[in-house]
Amino acid sequence: MIYEGKQKIWSDYQKDIPDDHYFYVRSCIRQSFFPASEQTFLDITRNRLHKDFFESEHHTTCGGIAYHSDAIPQETAMTIIARQFALMHKYGYENYVCSCITSFGLYTETLETWREFPELEARIKEKLWESCKLEFAKPKYLAHASDIIYKFRNQIAQQAKFKLINKKTGEPLRVVEHIGCHYAKMFPSKGFGGAEYPYVLAGMIEAWGGEVIDYPERRHCCGFGFRQYLVQSNRGYSLSNTHKKFESMEPYKPDMIITNCPGCPYFLDRWQYVISEMEGKTYGKDGHGIPVFTYEEVAGLVLGYDPWDLGLQVHQVSVEPLLDKMGIPYDPSKKYKGINGKDLGRPELPTCACL
Amino acid sequence: MNNNVIIIGGGPCGLEASAQLHQMGYNVILVEREPQLGGHLAKWDRLFPEGIKAKEVLDQLIANINGVKYFLNTEVKSINQLDKEYNVILSNGITILATAVLMASGFDLFPAEKKEEYGYGIYDKVITNADLENYFNTGKDRRITAAPKRIGFVHCVGSRDEKAGNRYCSKVCCATAVKQACEAKEAFPDAEVFCFYMDLRMFGRGYEDLYLRAQKEYGVRFIRGRVSEVAEDINSQLIVKAEDTLSGKPIKVTLDLLVLMAGMTNCQAGVKVANMLSLKKDDDGFFTCKDSILHLQQSDKKGIFYAGACTGPKTLPDTLHEARAAAIAIHNYFKERK
Repeated sequence: MIYEGKQKIWSDYQKDIPDDHYFYVRSCIRQSFFPASEQTFLDITRNRLHKDFFESEHHTTCGGIAYHSDAIPQETAMTIIARQFALMHKYGYENYVCSCITSFGLYTETLETWREFPELEARIKEKLWESCKLEFAKPKYLAHASDIIYKFRNQIAQQAKFKLINKKTGEPLRVVEHIGCHYAKMFPSKGFGGAEYPYVLAGMIEAWGGEVIDYPERRHCCGFGFRQYLVQSNRGYSLSNTHKKFESMEPYKPDMIITNCPGCPYFLDRWQYVISEMEGKTYGKDGHGIPVFTYEEVAGLVLGYDPWDLGLQVHQVSVEPLLDKMGIPYDPSKKYKGINGKDLGRPELPTCACL
Repeated sequence: MNNNVIIIGGGPCGLEASAQLHQMGYNVILVEREPQLGGHLAKWDRLFPEGIKAKEVLDQLIANINGVKYFLNTEVKSINQLDKEYNVILSNGITILATAVLMASGFDLFPAEKKEEYGYGIYDKVITNADLENYFNTGKDRRITAAPKRIGFVHCVGSRDEKAGNRYCSKVCCATAVKQACEAKEAFPDAEVFCFYMDLRMFGRGYEDLYLRAQKEYGVRFIRGRVSEVAEDINSQLIVKAEDTLSGKPIKVTLDLLVLMAGMTNCQAGVKVANMLSLKKDDDGFFTCKDSILHLQQSDKKGIFYAGACTGPKTLPDTLHEARAAAIAIHNYFKERK
């Protein structure tokens, strides 16, 4: 692999991101699966980077899952999106940042479609007024939340308490980065590094001391793929996609996986358990799985957040081996304690958890 | 009226037109920006369909321009239309008043790295048709270290590809790929060779025979389908994903070498000169002829002529025909003006 070749492509796909003042919108899926990730993002941007990130309780789903499942037509999805943008405008913001990759893809697609077909934009403007009595507005800048962490990756590195380095050996951790399909595959110019060799997560890994693994099925879908999972009879496709990725990355012996999409960490995490149950196979060392993280969780670990405050106890694959490698202290007795010491309950131990 | 003709581009087209016009008695000035004559032909090894050595052809073309003034390492700095002539200032400081200008600026190879999914410039074992031709010519390429056991050729790289911005066919890549696939088998007899194609455009005399020979004598395997992506495995072998549209299945092939058949685009150095004269270009980026049937060598400006690949992809024989046709068109132009 020629690293300079990738650098050349990365330099072709850069975008200027505003420094501050964003209207932040959460993800439906991530609030359920990884709620601490979004809270961590807001905490890092507000309290560590001292930026203005505003969110409103009036924000709703973007309609992305329903749109991609053919449950709602495009104009309905566009009207929902127009409402989100109108809320941003109402609260005095011009920069829009979303937590979800599906949303980012759909927002990008919508803005590009409006640019291409102004008559459709005019129709949505009318529908927004009819249904919500809100003033139509478009964001001056649209970012995905991983773009923000990428932008400030070096500042995070300066404040780092831990690095993506094996504390015992001093070697960089070997990290698989998995980018959500809707980040740049539809609009390569909208993502850092483009669609084929995205840099948004690779940049974080490099800045925080890790080593990026380039494996053959790097670009392959995580296994979610909407209909692959949402249609129950198709779930074999979902599992076989994930299986294909793990078989491909296995020879590289990854220490961890970082993702920037709602579905990817969930499926890469959960299907490891299913594969271990079905085939008795695990892909990490000593019968462990490979721990899967969101980029906010990794940023949180690097900055020294308590692993249980980051919600790492809700992962299927246990994260303790990775915490040990990084030298991050944790209290095992607090793993399943929630806020105010509330007992969260314990999962039945899957083979790939081994703890 | 002087009888000066300036020819821009010292590839096979410019060489042939120079020789013809010189024989007709015109004062030809040939301008080439590279340090040697011959254009892409100077870097090629053998030519389809018979495998004639490119050097033999080029040596003959250069021998034919005996007596023609030519400047190497020279570019057109400015070109202005006067009343009856063109005032051309060259980068070597020489100024020429020319009655006719022939654009024989040729083509650029499509930059294969733009098809990012194929990994040119990213993966060491991905090369282009030009790289392979250079290897055949010199026997040297740091990327071809051991005899490759499995070699793939990807047709239509940057051609017939809306995503790459080029809807047109580059015309020569199919025949070049089949020729190179046979030559690869000659160079590496133990290798398995695959060609990934959309459809084979073997339109010229002898081309279809070359295609049949590739299958029967060389055992080249033709797979109808486009390559979707290329990656590298832990042993630095290439993993190529494609679709076999005849069997209706996605396929994955492990290769030691992948050759991208980069197509043609209009030469940017030629475009720079054309822009000085506000010459028109079509949507495909090549220069617009006065019309597409009767006046292929004429531009929309009096005294400016075209020949060769600057008006669209062409084979070498087609290019040489156009060079001769342009010489006649320029001769007629001089006659009309007397």
